[in-house]
Amino acid sequence: MKLTQFRTLRMGLGRVSIELKQFFRDRESAVFNFLLPMILLVIFGSVFSGQELGDSGITFSQYFVAGMIASGILYTSFQNLAIAIPMEREDGTLKRLRGTPLPPAAFFIGKIGMVFVAYIAQVTILIAVGVLLFGIDIPTTPLAIFTFIWVSILGLIAFTLLGIAYSVVPKQGRGAAALVTPVVLVLQFTSGVFFVFSDLPQWMQSFASLFPLKWLTQAMRSVFLPDSAAAMEVSGSWELGMTAIVLVIWVVLGALLATFFFRWTPRGKN
Amino acid sequence: MPITIGGQLTETYAISAHNVTKSYGNFTALAGVTLQVATGECLALLGPNGAGKTTLTEILEGYRERDSGEAEVLGVDPGKPTSAWKAKLGIVLQNASDMPDLTVLETITQFARYYPNPADPEHVIAAVGLTEKSRSRNGKLSGGQRRRLDVALGIIGNPDVLFLDEPTTGFDPEARREFWVLIDRLKSEGTTILLTTHYLDEAQYLADRVAVIARGQIVAQGTPESIGNRDDAVVSWTQDGREMSVPTNEPTAFIAQLGLRFDAEIPNLSVRRSSLEDAYLELIAQDRDLHAGDQP
Repeated sequence: MKLTQFRTLRMGLGRVSIELKQFFRDRESAVFNFLLPMILLVIFGSVFSGQELGDSGITFSQYFVAGMIASGILYTSFQNLAIAIPMEREDGTLKRLRGTPLPPAAFFIGKIGMVFVAYIAQVTILIAVGVLLFGIDIPTTPLAIFTFIWVSILGLIAFTLLGIAYSVVPKQGRGAAALVTPVVLVLQFTSGVFFVFSDLPQWMQSFASLFPLKWLTQAMRSVFLPDSAAAMEVSGSWELGMTAIVLVIWVVLGALLATFFFRWTPRGKN
Repeated sequence: MPITIGGQLTETYAISAHNVTKSYGNFTALAGVTLQVATGECLALLGPNGAGKTTLTEILEGYRERDSGEAEVLGVDPGKPTSAWKAKLGIVLQNASDMPDLTVLETITQFARYYPNPADPEHVIAAVGLTEKSRSRNGKLSGGQRRRLDVALGIIGNPDVLFLDEPTTGFDPEARREFWVLIDRLKSEGTTILLTTHYLDEAQYLADRVAVIARGQIVAQGTPESIGNRDDAVVSWTQDGREMSVPTNEPTAFIAQLGLRFDAEIPNLSVRRSSLEDAYLELIAQDRDLHAGDQP
């Protein structure tokens, strides 16, 4: 690795802690992006306490925790960045950084690092809550753990890039959430996070299949549900190969969109 | 950019702009600005709101692209900014409110890492008078303290050229004086400074030269003492209960004449040089009269 690239990487990693401090100290961000899946897990888990899906022997909590972990990927990356970046663009953070020698790549490394650390902390707490309150089973097979890791990484990268790209949609920092949350909710409701995916109308399933969240949720079910549960999926299998293909396509698309559309300053001001 | 006068290398310019123009749609923000700032010089850019001060400054900082004309800052075209070039600049933007959740010390320490040759963060915080606030969140600072943080971020990289865009807005008089002392110190260390301000006493105190910009053009430039028609003095006195005030080039002769009209002392006699403010307001008024018919 060349010296300048090494410097960029070192500066980017140095920004991770600053990004994390801002992420957790901003109360709205901490609740909305970090705590929300835990809160939803406690509420839904309590409401459907002890209920099983049909006669499968799988508890609702076990099914729901997969959806909450997939949603956690969406919250810590896409929702977090699509709301935080417009605010940083409006309050001048981005403009100030643009006036320093900090390489743009280091800025994005800082954001990606923050997303990964926040997700690891979130998923740890989510699983702990699931085990302690609802007695969910944790996967132990190497294959399940491997799936969990690659699905998380691909999902985080895809949704981080899409969050950076989507950050140009809200024109103002205030009210950015109003343009981001509907997207998040629609994806969640159609992708089998809150409802059993195979119970959804077919058009809704087809719609959700275009986006990454459906595939993330399904892959997380493959991690947390027994193999026999694959029969309950629409296609009768976990479709991990297809998941990888869809996520890679979205990573490429997200990178292109982010490269073309990202802005350091508000529109109409250059 | 070295320049020669009479075949001899006399001066180098840290900042130079030649015929720089910029329009936003139909609005002409800069109508051909030519301006130089010598290395180590402090130039104050004065002008009413909307005159083009910020547009010109942001073109030179590398934030905006000019439509035409030439520009160089430290020998580099600001339209093609590089990381190494940015490392030599210090930029204090207007009205910042960013990074509210970080502390002063965290912010300064973090930004020091972006520069190859940074100043010591604790020293810089002390220099702007924020030592007692170094563990406060930026969002909890008062307006004046926040502005001092901005200045600290502008000088943390030990810049060769410092851009100050209305740096003391919202300062109390004491804080403004302290700020001036800080800028004086940077000047004595050889930092080139381009200062935009609405405070003429600030320009008078800090600037080696001032340039007045109106409607996107430089309408006058010179030292704070000589700008405009500044040979005048103003003689004031009280006569028949009325305040009298007369500008004159020959105050001594004028007062000798005036003395003949009074039997004793001239009541409330004072003589003062016309101030930079008088000259500035006169220049802006002239420009307005000149363009009175321009806009529908």
